[in-house]
Amino acid sequence: MELVCEGISHRYGALEVLDGIDLTVRAGECLALLGPSGCGKSTLLGIMGGILKPSAGRVSVAGNPPAGSLNPITYIFQDFALLPWRTVEGNVALALEHRNLAAGELRARVGEALARTNLTEFSTAFPRQLSGGMRQRVGIARALAVDPAILLMDEPLSALDAQTRDLLMEDFLKLWLATRTTSVYVTHNLHEAIRLADRICVLSRRPGRIKEIVAVDLPQADRAMPVAARAMAELGERLWDAIRAEAQVAEREIADG
Amino acid sequence: MPVRGAALVAFVGLVAFWEFAVARGYVSPIFLPAPSSVLLALGELWNAGTLWRHVSESLVRLAGGWTVGTGCGLAAGFAIGVWSLGRAVGVPFVSALFPIPKISLLPLLILWLGIGEASKIATIALGVFFPTAIATYAAIDAVPRNLIRMAQSFDLPAADVLRKVVLPGALPGILAGFRISTSIALILLVSAEMIGAQYGIGAFILQAGNLMLTDQLLAGVLLISILGLALGTALTRIERRLLRWR
Ligand SMILES: Nc1ncnc2c1ncn2[C@@H]1O[C@H](COP(=O)(O)OP(=O)(O)O)[C@@H](O)[C@H]1O
Ligand SMILES: [Mg+2]
Repeated sequence: MELVCEGISHRYGALEVLDGIDLTVRAGECLALLGPSGCGKSTLLGIMGGILKPSAGRVSVAGNPPAGSLNPITYIFQDFALLPWRTVEGNVALALEHRNLAAGELRARVGEALARTNLTEFSTAFPRQLSGGMRQRVGIARALAVDPAILLMDEPLSALDAQTRDLLMEDFLKLWLATRTTSVYVTHNLHEAIRLADRICVLSRRPGRIKEIVAVDLPQADRAMPVAARAMAELGERLWDAIRAEAQVAEREIADG
Repeated sequence: MPVRGAALVAFVGLVAFWEFAVARGYVSPIFLPAPSSVLLALGELWNAGTLWRHVSESLVRLAGGWTVGTGCGLAAGFAIGVWSLGRAVGVPFVSALFPIPKISLLPLLILWLGIGEASKIATIALGVFFPTAIATYAAIDAVPRNLIRMAQSFDLPAADVLRKVVLPGALPGILAGFRISTSIALILLVSAEMIGAQYGIGAFILQAGNLMLTDQLLAGVLLISILGLALGTALTRIERRLLRWR
């Protein structure tokens, strides 16, 4: 499925957060939304998923969700959003229970999602017993269980420490390459964007406008190879130049309160 | 473990000192009977059969008042917690009426409902209602919004969001409210029985006091304490069962 944003603007009261966003998320691509904190990335993601109504503009979806997709537009959250009173499998099942599936299908979907995220042996653990990385795996498993047509991810790795983040990013990339679900990946982390995205949409500081859209031409599978290091580094520098000034100003804005 | 043992030792020591002080005649047994006499009085009352009558009437009032107050309090708390009109109407009401000491309404309730059981049960129910309603909507307010948003993003119907996210998320706070409401119920039970009852632990304590039967009086106090302790223990058990995930 394809997601089309046309002329999206948004304001919270007097605070102008987004200004005239025209953006198409193409079917099967991973689009990174890169921008400094507070520039309206989460707001834009909420608007894309329909949980927030924009002040102006419209979002439309083109194409049909794949057969078996239970929740076409599915989120993965920065803070995992797991129910602490449910086990790992209970948290995954939450996304399915109200769909009137046959008992066998529910179990099968939960089992498969846990297997794909290497969580099978933790299926009866409670979230508090898991590390941050494992918790986000549960969040990913929950999203996979509904066979999403579009994945919307709001800084899914930013609550994790650097090592866990890299490990989970590689695992997530493997999962994603197997399905190539249309995805929007919000981040303020350059390296995540460069590693995962087919295209990177750079947003200005608040009010968020699209500064530029950069295509990453190398296939994801090849980006970690030594021969790609130079090209990746150049791309990183180019993006860094694009966001540095914005990030500096945005940081000062937040510090000033 | 050694700390818990210390508490027990201190408690036993205090009771032993009390017993000793009375036996040696340092205090008059009329004003402060020895622990052994209190236990003896309790045993006699039990054998005479009057004790059960007092206890059972108290238990019926307590159970009735607490159940009615808790049921209404939960309903009001949920209405305030999940429904903006309920909040707009309910919060000012609850905040205005919560500070009234409910025992002061007993005379009015007696005028309305008669001197019988209904006025006592209503007093207890009123006393339980307000803290339960407040604890419930505060607990619902404290359920993380992101969990509710997550459930909605997976298209859970509103009833499922309530049952699977809001209710379990609010449960710890609601159970903490039960602890407060049971102790309020006990206070109101004894007070109401002292004001207008023939049977019941409160009435029994008052009658014993009037007759200077301090051993029986303290036996009644002991009974109330045991009741409070039993309720607290039961609540701890329930919390452990329902909140295993914590
Ligand atoms: N519900 C809200 N009400 C008012 N202001 C908000 C709300 N949500 C976010 N904001 C403000 O809007 C701006 C953009 O927020 P957000 O979309 O979360 O940015 P980002 O995800 O890029 O950090 C921030 O300044 C934030 O404080
Ligand atoms: Mg954000």
